[in-house]
Amino acid sequence: MAFRRFVSHKAAVVSCIIIGILALFVILAPFTARYGVNQSVQAPPNSFLSPRSNAWLGTDDIGRDLYSRLIYGVRVSLLIGLASALISVTLGALVGAVAGFRGGKFDDILMRVTDLFLAFPFLVTLLVVRNVLGGLPWLKPLTGEMNSVRFIIVLFSIFGWMGVARIVRGQVLSLKEREFVEAARAVGASRRYIIARHLLPNSVGPIMVALTFSVVGAIIGESTLAFFGYGPQAGDGATSLGILVGAAKGAVQTGFWWLAVFPCFMLIIIALSINFIGDALRDATDPRLDRGV
Amino acid sequence: MLRYILRRLAWSVPTLLLVTFLVYLALRIGTDPVESYKRVNPRASRAKIQQYIDINGLDPNFVQGYFKWLKNFITGEWAPSIKGRREVWPALKDAMANTLRLGTAATVVGIFFGLIAGVLAALRPGGRRDVFINTSAFVGISIPPFISAILLQLLFAVYWQRWFGESLFPTSGVYPAGHSGFDLFLMLKFMALPTIIVAIQIIATYSRYMRSSLLDVMNSDYMRTARSKGISERRILIKHGMRNALIPVVTIAALDVGSIVGGLIITENIFAYPGMGLYFLKSFGDGDFPLLMPWMVVIVASILLFNLIADISYAWLDPRIRLE
Amino acid sequence: MAEKVLEIRDLHVTFDTPSGPLEAVRGIDLDVEAGELLGVVGESGSGKSVSFLATMGLLPARARVTGSVLLAGEQLIGASAKQMRSVRGRLLSMIFQDPLSALNPVHRIGNQISEMLRSHQSLSSRDADKRAIELLDIVGIPQPSDRARQYPHEFSGGMRQRVVIAIAIANNPKVLIADEPTTALDVTVQAQILEVIERVQERFGTAVVLITHDLGVIARVADRVNVMYAGRNVEQGTIDNLFDHPSHPYTRGLLASLPRPGKQRLKPITGFPPNMVNPPKGCAFHPRCEFATDVCKSELPSLVSYGDLQTACIRAKELPKAVILT
Ligand SMILES: Nc1ncnc2c1ncn2[C@@H]1O[C@H](COP(=O)(O)OP(=O)(O)OP(=O)(O)O)[C@@H](O)[C@H]1O
Ligand code: SF4
Ligand SMILES: [Mg+2]
Repeated sequence: MAFRRFVSHKAAVVSCIIIGILALFVILAPFTARYGVNQSVQAPPNSFLSPRSNAWLGTDDIGRDLYSRLIYGVRVSLLIGLASALISVTLGALVGAVAGFRGGKFDDILMRVTDLFLAFPFLVTLLVVRNVLGGLPWLKPLTGEMNSVRFIIVLFSIFGWMGVARIVRGQVLSLKEREFVEAARAVGASRRYIIARHLLPNSVGPIMVALTFSVVGAIIGESTLAFFGYGPQAGDGATSLGILVGAAKGAVQTGFWWLAVFPCFMLIIIALSINFIGDALRDATDPRLDRGV
Repeated sequence: MLRYILRRLAWSVPTLLLVTFLVYLALRIGTDPVESYKRVNPRASRAKIQQYIDINGLDPNFVQGYFKWLKNFITGEWAPSIKGRREVWPALKDAMANTLRLGTAATVVGIFFGLIAGVLAALRPGGRRDVFINTSAFVGISIPPFISAILLQLLFAVYWQRWFGESLFPTSGVYPAGHSGFDLFLMLKFMALPTIIVAIQIIATYSRYMRSSLLDVMNSDYMRTARSKGISERRILIKHGMRNALIPVVTIAALDVGSIVGGLIITENIFAYPGMGLYFLKSFGDGDFPLLMPWMVVIVASILLFNLIADISYAWLDPRIRLE
Repeated sequence: MAEKVLEIRDLHVTFDTPSGPLEAVRGIDLDVEAGELLGVVGESGSGKSVSFLATMGLLPARARVTGSVLLAGEQLIGASAKQMRSVRGRLLSMIFQDPLSALNPVHRIGNQISEMLRSHQSLSSRDADKRAIELLDIVGIPQPSDRARQYPHEFSGGMRQRVVIAIAIANNPKVLIADEPTTALDVTVQAQILEVIERVQERFGTAVVLITHDLGVIARVADRVNVMYAGRNVEQGTIDNLFDHPSHPYTRGLLASLPRPGKQRLKPITGFPPNMVNPPKGCAFHPRCEFATDVCKSELPSLVSYGDLQTACIRAKELPKAVILT
């Protein structure tokens, strides 16, 4: 039933195909990319070449192939998105389940903290928390250097869990009211057993949805950070979608349109596709729709 | 009502203190204000540095330091910026005015069109118009504002100029360089693009809120009662539907300042629009503690204020809610 | 026979659902006479609400409605939206089951009544307000002028149902349809609301259609009864005739399941209501009917006069006389 509803969401099916193709391109980067990340397309003069046969999407300021760089960039961005989404969803689901079930002080504090974070402008919190993370020396072993990909993943995991925790908490609270949990409790099942057996499986739908949306959240977040110059550094021949989009800013006034258009559209396509998938998942797993009509 | 407002205002003082303390901590840890000062002013004397520490409350003990900062903040002894020793208040005031102008324009435009789009979508759920509005809104919220900013800027400012000789909308600032005095037309022209970009997000968000809220209302029993009265569809929609559907939307709107300010910060930066966003990014980049703290206070205070407005408007729209 | 104000003939209502077309009403014939109180009974899902929502023109657009509904000689099926608007609330009013959600929470009680008045009569707003207060008084709300300024949440369930009745009768309609008006209320309040409805019927000569599950309620207030099963009416007649010697096996079952003083055990009808996406062929009651024969599985019975009742049962004439249970 849920699967049928998902498949009937046409945009989501198209999105799945797009993301599938992208993933394939990215995994097979050594074959699909035409040049290395930092490799020049041709001997100078080679910077700011418009799209042509030896550089399909043009080249950047130091003559690197935008097409190849996009493939490598998307690879890093998808990695950031997936890794931080997985971490934050796991963390959030656990915290949310405990808060929803235990209630009390823990729950109150959780709600206050997340309220505070959600009320602040996202970029401000993001930048401040980023600096705080980087400013605590004892966190170094966990976070790595401030401009590393690892640091970004940790940062977005910290941001991502709160939304998920709230969703799962709400889910748990509403499930708690339902009879079957009451029934289980009447039979004398322990709390942990109830959580494991009934509550988490019933939250799988919303958690899946949250997972897809946090992937987008982290990818866009990385781009935002990079756009304002706080992203991961190109360093060891790596790039990311954020870095490429950030470079687009400088290309606008000078009119090197390809440097702005291609990375931006890539980001739009990824964000839209994953959002459509999440939206369809939400519809497909919404228990309210299960009753037909 | 008045007593409620006064009590809420009184309560917001401890909240403000707590949150500014957290912000103080975060900035102390995150930006290391003393180091930043030394970096910007490498030749500053020991006495100068000590004076900077004293006036900003940058003591090694965070709690003591916070209260010192608080005292100076309240008594109006604000430190000048670390870069160029500018006075903070005039800069902050200008930034606030500019952002208020852009933010109000974008919010008014955005909520107006967003609500209309939401209503149009909800009137015939599942119809072609609904699918179009809903999908556009979905695309709208999926595109981060800096992406739409880059693309629109490229199209309307840069390429428009190449194709038609003059750019349709300028890309930066409030007025062209060297302009002085007030010129409404010029200002509107400069503000158009940033306003549109922030408004797109608001339209997309609010059309979705309004649609789902109105759909809920449309299926409720009292709407059936209204229809059974034989009154016109328009009256049913406006008198019975809209008023109820707006209750959750208004509440969300007032709580949403955070995300609107977020969109403003990003947009201002791209258009070099001298508002709160540009102010923040510049001073954050410099680690300019004397500039940052007052900015944070303004933001926290306005979030608290809009929370209060949300509750009041909620009670005003919904007679079931009593403010105690 | 008195003048007929509402004549429903061969009414069909079909919904398109994901699992196929659902024919909720499959050919209803029903008359309402001026000033009478007609009871409509039937199990949940038998199509009572849908029939009368169709009469009011209040079904969603995806419902297909055919047949004929004459209200004081005016055809309502296929009437324009404008025509229906002028009928609704003026000639024909309806009140619903749940008074808690039937009133708009953000408007004052008085305004909700005067809105009804002013949409069908040209009244000044002051006159409408005055009339609204009178109506509140008629339905038995104390201090009506103060209450008119209050909001629905300040009223109890029973009081809200009175307000709903006041709205419905504001323009002195010819027919008032009450769809389970007391189901959501507790027993003492139920009796009061029924009294209000009876009072309105007597005082203004309004014909009332009272939809309910509760045969006890029907026995107490109705003049005539119409019994529905699976989207069709299976029996109709005056209250005395129907209760004394029911003819249709379903009606017999309903009466047998009625608790009565002195009777020891209830005898509920066995089996389940039919699935309306795919109802049984022939007489829809046959899977549950103790008198069913093969004919019943293929032939669709319609209402035929049988004695002083009208009954839709192929075997009505041959069946043994019902035992009156006391
Ligand atoms: N809007 C709708 N869409 C699809 N099916 C509907 C709709 N409204 C009613 N139905 C179906 O029509 C049938 C008759 O419903 P109706 O509400 O008339 O029953 P009822 O006799 O009033 O029952 P109850 O005593 O429970 O109110 C049911 O099977 C119901 O599922
Ligand atoms: S027609 Fe046949 S099945 Fe239907 S009620 Fe009569 S006897 Fe029973
Ligand atoms: Mg019903």
